[in-house]
Amino acid sequence: MQFSKTLMLGATVAGLLTTGFAVAQEQYIGLPSYRVGAYAAGGTALYGGWIDYMQMLNQRDGGVGGVKLTWEECETEYNNARGVECYERMKNRGPTGNTVFQPLSTGITYSVLDRVAVDKIPLVTMGYGRTDAADGRVFPWVFPLITTYWSQNTAKIKFIGQQEGGMDKLKGKKIVNLYHDSAYGNETIPVLNAQAERYGFTIVHIPVAHPGNEQQSQWLRIRQERPDWVILRGWGVMNPTAIRTAARTGFPREKIVGVWWSGSEEDVIPAGDAAKGYIAAGFNVAGKNFPVVQEIEKHVYAKNLGNMEDKSRVGSVLYNRGVVHGIITVEAIRKAQEKYGTGKSLTPEQVRWGFENLDIDEARLAELGAEGFLPPLKTSCENHEGSGMVKFQQWDGTRWNVITDWIEADQELVRPMIEASAAAYAAEKGITPRDCSKEM
Amino acid sequence: MLYREAGQFKASYMQDQQIFPIRQDQIGFWAMIAFFFLVVPVIANQYWLQAILIPVLIFSLAALGLNILTGYCGQLSLGSAAFMAVGAFATYNFMLRVDGIPFIAALLLGGLCAAAVGILFGLPSLRIKGFYLAVATLAAQFFIVWVLVKFGWFSNYSTSGVITAQAVTIFGYTFTTPESKYLLTLSIVVVLALLAKNMVRSSTGRKWMAVRDMDVAAEVIGIRLMHTKLQAFAISSFYCGVAGALYAYMYLGTVEPEGFNLDLSFRILFMIIIGGVASILGSFIGAAFIVLLPVFLNIMMHSAIGAFVPANVAANLELIIFGALIIFFLIVEPHGLARLWQLTKEKLRIWPFPH
Amino acid sequence: MTFFFEVLIGGLLSGVLYALVALGFVLIFKASGVFNFAQGAMVFFAALTFVGFTEVLPGWTGLAPGSGAVFWLAFALALSSMIVLGIATEKVVLRPLVNQPPITLFMATIGLTFFVEGVAQGIWGTSVRGLDLGIDDEPVMFLMDNFNMLVSKFDVIAAAIALVLFVTLAILFQYTKVGRALRAVADDHQAALSVGIPLKHIWAIVWGVAGFVALIAGLIWGARNGVQFALTFTALKALPVLILGGFTSVPGAIIGGLIIGASEKLAEVYLGPYVGGGIEGWFPYILAMLFLLVRPEGLFGEKHIDRV
Repeated sequence: MQFSKTLMLGATVAGLLTTGFAVAQEQYIGLPSYRVGAYAAGGTALYGGWIDYMQMLNQRDGGVGGVKLTWEECETEYNNARGVECYERMKNRGPTGNTVFQPLSTGITYSVLDRVAVDKIPLVTMGYGRTDAADGRVFPWVFPLITTYWSQNTAKIKFIGQQEGGMDKLKGKKIVNLYHDSAYGNETIPVLNAQAERYGFTIVHIPVAHPGNEQQSQWLRIRQERPDWVILRGWGVMNPTAIRTAARTGFPREKIVGVWWSGSEEDVIPAGDAAKGYIAAGFNVAGKNFPVVQEIEKHVYAKNLGNMEDKSRVGSVLYNRGVVHGIITVEAIRKAQEKYGTGKSLTPEQVRWGFENLDIDEARLAELGAEGFLPPLKTSCENHEGSGMVKFQQWDGTRWNVITDWIEADQELVRPMIEASAAAYAAEKGITPRDCSKEM
Repeated sequence: MLYREAGQFKASYMQDQQIFPIRQDQIGFWAMIAFFFLVVPVIANQYWLQAILIPVLIFSLAALGLNILTGYCGQLSLGSAAFMAVGAFATYNFMLRVDGIPFIAALLLGGLCAAAVGILFGLPSLRIKGFYLAVATLAAQFFIVWVLVKFGWFSNYSTSGVITAQAVTIFGYTFTTPESKYLLTLSIVVVLALLAKNMVRSSTGRKWMAVRDMDVAAEVIGIRLMHTKLQAFAISSFYCGVAGALYAYMYLGTVEPEGFNLDLSFRILFMIIIGGVASILGSFIGAAFIVLLPVFLNIMMHSAIGAFVPANVAANLELIIFGALIIFFLIVEPHGLARLWQLTKEKLRIWPFPH
Repeated sequence: MTFFFEVLIGGLLSGVLYALVALGFVLIFKASGVFNFAQGAMVFFAALTFVGFTEVLPGWTGLAPGSGAVFWLAFALALSSMIVLGIATEKVVLRPLVNQPPITLFMATIGLTFFVEGVAQGIWGTSVRGLDLGIDDEPVMFLMDNFNMLVSKFDVIAAAIALVLFVTLAILFQYTKVGRALRAVADDHQAALSVGIPLKHIWAIVWGVAGFVALIAGLIWGARNGVQFALTFTALKALPVLILGGFTSVPGAIIGGLIIGASEKLAEVYLGPYVGGGIEGWFPYILAMLFLLVRPEGLFGEKHIDRV
């Protein structure tokens, strides 16, 4: 009796001690980054921007709601097996485990897709990953936030329609879809075909074999086809090569519209002058004249705490995309704190609720100093995409200039396709979709 | 002193031809088996099971397959990952399209499909040798991945071009926990490894080695070259195919064709070179080494110098050390780590009186 | 018909550039029997080092950025780095591995690939750079005006540079003392040693020359597609050229390059649409493999006679 009392007392004291001493609460975020290998240029900029944003919040506000943000990098080399190892290594780190997993690689996304549901960790993929995961009923743990490839593709056709002077003007036009011959590249073909039927334009699909450092034959074919527009769905070295070869075959760069993985400085600088006039979509824009980027320079780089070795890349498209990753992750934590309480570390499961109930409107974006930097975002149980809007930017030889406002996706077309695909997945895996009316 | 075979007499041919003729080896082997089957699932945490042990086992199997072809039969191949892809996609399609097919049957059929494809791409080996053959197997690597991407049928017209492993059920038991997946993988790998061990010490294996050492000479003594080489291709691809299916079903869950790229093929080749060419044990050691080394370097870098150097430099340093270590091991022990183990055994036998 | 010739000429020109990368492989294989997989990484390293120096040199020396002096100084520095790298590789990696089976040597060069990639990006950073050699990338106007045929001026000039390089090397091998020694070593190591040719010396020279070829290839490919990690992938374009032409033949590399370049483009354009396209990745390999079935040692490779 006496003994057990002592034990209980001891346990209480120990409990008090642990809570008492952990004055600054931490929210741990594992970053599966890649800084070597073929995609290192993208990885360093993206993760650099993200880390800098979190660093800025720690410096300026002492974290989020009194909780300090901590993070740890794990090198994946863009390799699936290494990505899984990183995921498993980081999932139980920090006081409450890894808050969120964002691998910036579609392959790694697939590799951990089954695991996140078991471990109850949200998997956030912005602008890549599994498109049909936008159906939150089948994929409660996966968030392809802001926009998917399909949404983006419909926005692109809308943009082309605008340029032509109306969607009805698309009739009889010819568009070439130049795509990277991989699962990623193939993904938009059905959406394009559906739109071609609806708007009456001709679509020609021309694949480029990986890695795409030779495109002579494709562009000679394009020259034969004489299309009005070319949609560039490229990846890596394929992008500058496409732009260079387009210049060589005399195709106007103002008529090439790239996906966001074809729309960073890294994609146009190697092409040199040939890239002048080239247009690409983006769910974030380039540039430093946003308060949020200036805050990073003030609170992080002025104190020499910046993550980027090459400071000239601050404000580049991919760096800013990293900042967007930071903003949305932190906003989800903030949202979850509203529900589950500030000043303490949240579990990944609680943060998942935050991701599902994000509501970043224009006013909130202005508060964050990111007005026009990324589109407004509102997620729900059904809709894990949240926005679907993109802006188009044009390269003038030295920098990207925004040439449109946010263009919305054609959800009417995309949503049924997403739901059909998700339903097929659910049937194959034997998943019963959640009933969203019962969700809180 | 402990490791000594004096006093162990072989009284029958059966005893003489055991896999482990020395009693200490037998004990060691059974102890290892018991350890990995009984102790590891209890003591290992999820991280070790899911992120290290399962992939090491699967890569060991793939390395074993490549070792049969390259190590024992002397045919250099750079297309192992593609044969893994065939195994994974074939198993998926058998599970999908044949109602109620048991997982093991689908797995074996998947392996057989890989074997068939392996024979097809092995045909040029009858004419082509050495590095010419290695580059020709790259044709398999690129062609197979292209086919899997291009024809939607293989991925059941999934919009993302990926396959998602169905639930694995054997005799009503569904394998979902890491422990059960680990045990299933381990069982399959152990059975196939024993099979391989027996193959390479039987006439089949001796034929392979004769072809490896000099194929003209082998032909002269009456070994059918075509039969032997294609057999090696088929069996090697079967092993790779089963490994690929396990990679999808026991490890990743969802796989895309691009995951089975040239990098993976090289990684498997590394495993057998570092582990030991023409060595079953070497395949396991090599797989463990190549999976663990980068992880170890990554953790070391973070804890040792992560605070002092920029992340980019640290990451590149990992790569540099990885490359340098590979060269270092090749220089120190060109016959692989398994050879080190063998030398240790030799030393142990005469220890402590080496003369 | 114009279109056919357009594709054909474009393919042939690309083929010469593939051959340029393949040449580096051939040189080393011929002299030391090593299949140097690191050649692709060396191309990347060379180009990145060159561009890196053009960026930092103006700051160090006060020369005007983009001036001719910077160009040539950077070229010289990059070339010296390549020669140092080549000689170091020969001394540190390959010499201790003499007499090991070819596959072990091959593996060592893959290890070297990781090493070189890590060093390149570790020193110069991961940013992607452009490279302007001052050659306009526009169609050749004469052909455009008269035949409405599109041939890239850049490719024509690049191919010309490559051909000059080939001819220079051929003359070097044929008529100089070093060249003769080199051919002797390629023929038979032991015989060469026994007549007093300094084998190690020759190997160092070969690795140096391979470094030089890698630099030229890196500059041309870098100017085409940008100086970035993907330059290492040019090796994948060179491999089928290599097996088609034979591992040991310089003329084989050129002719193999022409065949591969032309046929892969023609196949993509005329065959691709029937099977869904994107066949450039594997077509050259299948073609080379089929070709090998007829001639197992490539076009000009040394015929191997097996004796028991």
